[in-house]
Amino acid sequence: MYPSRFRYEAPRELTEAIKLLHEGQGEAKVLAGGQSLVPLLKLRFAAPELLVDINNLPGLDYHRVEPDGTIRVGALCRHATLERSGSLAQRQPTMAAAAPLIADPLVRNRGTLVGSLCHADPQGDWAAAVTALDGRVVAAGPDGVREIPIRQFATGPFENALRYDEIALEAVIPAPKGTPAGGYLKLERRVGDFATAGVAVAVELSGGLVTRAGIALCGVGPSTIAALDAEQALAGQALTAAAIERAGDLAAQAAQPRRDHRGSVEYKRHVIRTFVVRILRDIAGAAERAA
Amino acid sequence: MTQALDEIKIGGLGASRRRVEDNRFIRGKGNYIDDITLPGMLHMEILRSPVAHARIRAIDTSKAWNIPGVRLVLTGEMMATRNLAWMPTLSYDTQAVLATDKVRFQGQEVACVVADDPYVAKDACEAIVVDYEPLPVIVNPEQAMAPDAPLIRDDKENQVDNVAFHWQVGDKASTERAFAEADVVSRISMHYPRSHPSPIECCGSIADFDRATGKLTVYMTSQAPHIVRAAVAMVAELPEHMIRIISPDIGGGFGNKVPIYPGYVMSILASILTERPVKWIEDKTGNLISTGFGRDVYLDGELALRRDGRILAVRMHTTSDHGAFFGDAQPSKFKIGLMHSAFACYDVPHAHLTATGVYTNKAPGGVAYRCSFRVTEAMYFQERMIQAAADDLGMDQAEFRRVNLVRDEDFPHRTAFGFLTDSGQYGRCLDVALEAIGYADFRKQQEEAREQGRLLGLGISTMTEPLGAGNSREYDILGIKMFDSAELRVHLTGRAILRTGARTQGQGHETTWAQIVAHELGIPADDVVVEEGDTDTAPFGMGTYASRSTPVAGAAVSMAARKVRAKARKLAAHLLEVSEEDVEWELGRFYVRSAPDRGATIQECAMAAYANMPDGLEPGLEASAYYDPPNLTWPFACYVVTVEVDPETGVWDVLNVVGVDDCGVRINPMVVEGQIMGGLTEAYAMACVQFITFDAAGNCIGSNYLDYLLPTAWETPGFELHEVVTPCPHHPLGAKGVGECATVGGPAAFVNAVMDAIKPYGVRNVDMPLLPDRVYEAISQRHDVSGAPPVKVD
Ligand SMILES: Cc1cc2nc3c(=O)[nH]c(=O)nc-3n(C[C@H](O)[C@H](O)[C@H](O)COP(=O)(O)OP(=O)(O)OC[C@H]3O[C@@H](n4cnc5c(N)ncnc54)[C@H](O)[C@@H]3O)c2cc1C
Repeated sequence: MYPSRFRYEAPRELTEAIKLLHEGQGEAKVLAGGQSLVPLLKLRFAAPELLVDINNLPGLDYHRVEPDGTIRVGALCRHATLERSGSLAQRQPTMAAAAPLIADPLVRNRGTLVGSLCHADPQGDWAAAVTALDGRVVAAGPDGVREIPIRQFATGPFENALRYDEIALEAVIPAPKGTPAGGYLKLERRVGDFATAGVAVAVELSGGLVTRAGIALCGVGPSTIAALDAEQALAGQALTAAAIERAGDLAAQAAQPRRDHRGSVEYKRHVIRTFVVRILRDIAGAAERAA
Repeated sequence: MTQALDEIKIGGLGASRRRVEDNRFIRGKGNYIDDITLPGMLHMEILRSPVAHARIRAIDTSKAWNIPGVRLVLTGEMMATRNLAWMPTLSYDTQAVLATDKVRFQGQEVACVVADDPYVAKDACEAIVVDYEPLPVIVNPEQAMAPDAPLIRDDKENQVDNVAFHWQVGDKASTERAFAEADVVSRISMHYPRSHPSPIECCGSIADFDRATGKLTVYMTSQAPHIVRAAVAMVAELPEHMIRIISPDIGGGFGNKVPIYPGYVMSILASILTERPVKWIEDKTGNLISTGFGRDVYLDGELALRRDGRILAVRMHTTSDHGAFFGDAQPSKFKIGLMHSAFACYDVPHAHLTATGVYTNKAPGGVAYRCSFRVTEAMYFQERMIQAAADDLGMDQAEFRRVNLVRDEDFPHRTAFGFLTDSGQYGRCLDVALEAIGYADFRKQQEEAREQGRLLGLGISTMTEPLGAGNSREYDILGIKMFDSAELRVHLTGRAILRTGARTQGQGHETTWAQIVAHELGIPADDVVVEEGDTDTAPFGMGTYASRSTPVAGAAVSMAARKVRAKARKLAAHLLEVSEEDVEWELGRFYVRSAPDRGATIQECAMAAYANMPDGLEPGLEASAYYDPPNLTWPFACYVVTVEVDPETGVWDVLNVVGVDDCGVRINPMVVEGQIMGGLTEAYAMACVQFITFDAAGNCIGSNYLDYLLPTAWETPGFELHEVVTPCPHHPLGAKGVGECATVGGPAAFVNAVMDAIKPYGVRNVDMPLLPDRVYEAISQRHDVSGAPPVKVD
């Protein structure tokens, strides 16, 4: 496959990278893991004049859990690193569950969480997980650094809230107030397939009650969907069978699937409901055993 | 006495010798078409139609010509001036090389650009402006046969509708009588969806026409280089001795690289016109949307049954979707290939098959994908019909098969459709498989699981299939008979080179053929180099597909080696100073009958052929053989699969897969098992995810690896393999074909297993692919799910 002609720069300084993007006037693109951008280039669906490769920028390849529980994932942290991360496995069950379900091992070696958020694919798994966790994106541009809440970050399918001369530096997951619990389930036709339907659930538990609930869906709408009614219905409740079923129903209603060769509208809603219920039942079961 | 050679140690018959070709493949030292670079080489890119059916009003190539680095732009009009706008297909139809009048499927070749580098060629393709006048699109047989359907093939004289053929075989009257007498008639209809062989390496060629010598050399991805040479000689009227086709290492073929594609033809013409080598490397989308696909056949099947389980007769009607051109690459006289090999393993007295083939606005060139000329569909339909019939009779699946399978003592057996099967132990294979899967236990577990709301299922597929075309009486391509060839030259130190008319693409010929020589001559397999694929050096052969290499070319290797042995016997007699009649043979050595310790090794004979030949004997030690098999070979296989279906999502997981193959004598058991595992993987692929479909506008859904899903090592289940050996009565080594058995017989085992699991819901059939949503629909709505999956309609 032969992409259109483009110029390629791989700056070593953030300011230089931002300058290049600024001069590009919207005709430049950031290249991170390349696992979404390169396929678009080779199919000539994207034909930017300039690629600004950020892989040489220092200090972006990290993820860490801060003392208060806040999680920070740098722009060059790969899916594979998160998949193998001991700290995520211990501290952040939703992300730990999502990481191994993204793409295949080859893609995970290169692709980045931040790149995935920027790509704003309605079928992206990380966007669902980070939305359920109510995270935010830190971006730098000519005018400095700002934070964008994840629920305002994707502005449409494959569109994000960044200005053309901004670079996303990291994703931030706020510290939980209760005990974090959660999960991620994805219906895929094959390993490496995008989600037919994906469900991220992140709750915080305190004294047998749900103090905060985040539920986000991918693959079933024009962008990642936060199942607001389901989230609200769970807040302050115990995870009873009835509460779980109700959350499942409300999440299914929030989905906006389309009929395609992966299934009917009813089927996709049904899968969303099934997955929400399965994750919540697991959480309830684990909480019961722990108590 | 010298010690007799250990055949396994020298890599002879039965040795699981490591594949010698892998040495270079795993080191990245293979030499594929895109690895070849010739001095002064230009690059060709193809512009394809974005629409499925449209009249071409005009093509403006002026902008493309003006791009620096562009050397040539070809359109259909220019091809037509050289009488090359159309070419014949292997099914006696015609196919457009570059569209002149209309485009008839999405992805059809419309123009091509030859330039200094492929990037420029691609840029120039984008600069070509084509004015299309859209026409109504036909994407399935129902639309094709509607009374007011637009005519797709208006290029053909006397073509008044979209029917490519009607055909029938069998005995209609006797079949009707048998149906009239049946206790039960079991009916089922189904669709075998379109799929694509999708070799990892796409197609490509480098044409190099040398004006000075007049010689045309074409490097190309072909499973059958001699057929290409013959076609170029006959169609393009170039002298045959001035055409050299070289097929380098091939990154997978599976039947996709048998036909002659427009890209090859264009690159040849481009080289003649530019007098430079021209390279064409197809991209993945081009490969998926325009080259030989597999299947796309609908069945209406009926079985006439007696209450006690005996099948009295079978009636089948198939409707096949061939796309825009009838391009099946198959050598039989039968329009629907070997579809009537269905039910060959069962003792069915009466049979009748009718077939209708139609044109649609889809890519042409069916019959690819490890299918031996529609045997894949035949065996899938057969085993799905068998499962439904047993269920209709309320009979156990294994028992119903046992009652109807041809018995060992009944060979040779003439099938109701007229094939002659010659050997097998069908019942034994079934027993071995049921034992391995733990049949009785599983049925108990299944009962218990059902009570807990869990859905377990078991599927059986038993089949024999015709592999290894010819014989020459019934099979030919362009009139050239389906034999094959081998040429063996033993050097003076006893090392040898072997060439055949076949072309390996993963089957392991370089390993296996040397083992046949080792078996026949006692020359260690490591001392034999195998070369294939160059028409200037290899003997004429029909290539590798249809599991025919071992049955035909492999037999020729044996025969050539035996000729060499006959000559070596004369040399041995000379060396041992006795008469030829007094010489005996054991592996690798002649000896004097009355004094066994006096002997001459095959290596000593080889040296004598060059350094010490007797008076009157021609020097040298080499022979060639052309082998015309007396019959097809008939391997048998039994595949059993167990699954668990999640009733809440329709997702199903494979629990166990058992395969019992009887492919006669195994030359290299490891290579055979590799073929079976690959085939079972493809069977699983077909059953669960792999399909190509089209939306109403004729857009191909499955044009890239996001939509066309090949299973990977992650989800592919493990396979437990067993063997039964019934030697082929007519093959010199007793071997039968095997390359396609599991792809052919496997899909029904997976589908039967899922259908068995969801039988309590009253479901009889869900068409492949058994995607979770289709299985869930069947369970939740308690109905069958038929046809190709719907595509983006909202
Ligand atoms: C075969 C395959 C299967 C896949 N399957 C899945 C799957 O199942 N689930 C899933 O979620 N994803 C899947 N992906 C996508 C994968 O996760 C990508 O890694 C991810 O979407 C993008 O991350 P990246 O680092 O590769 O970004 P790139 O491809 O480099 O960039 C993607 C886009 O984001 C922009 N961008 C990237 N980083 C930044 C930044 N720091 N600041 C500003 N803009 C930026 C780029 O300009 C570009 O527009 C798959 C990809 C492939 C090739």
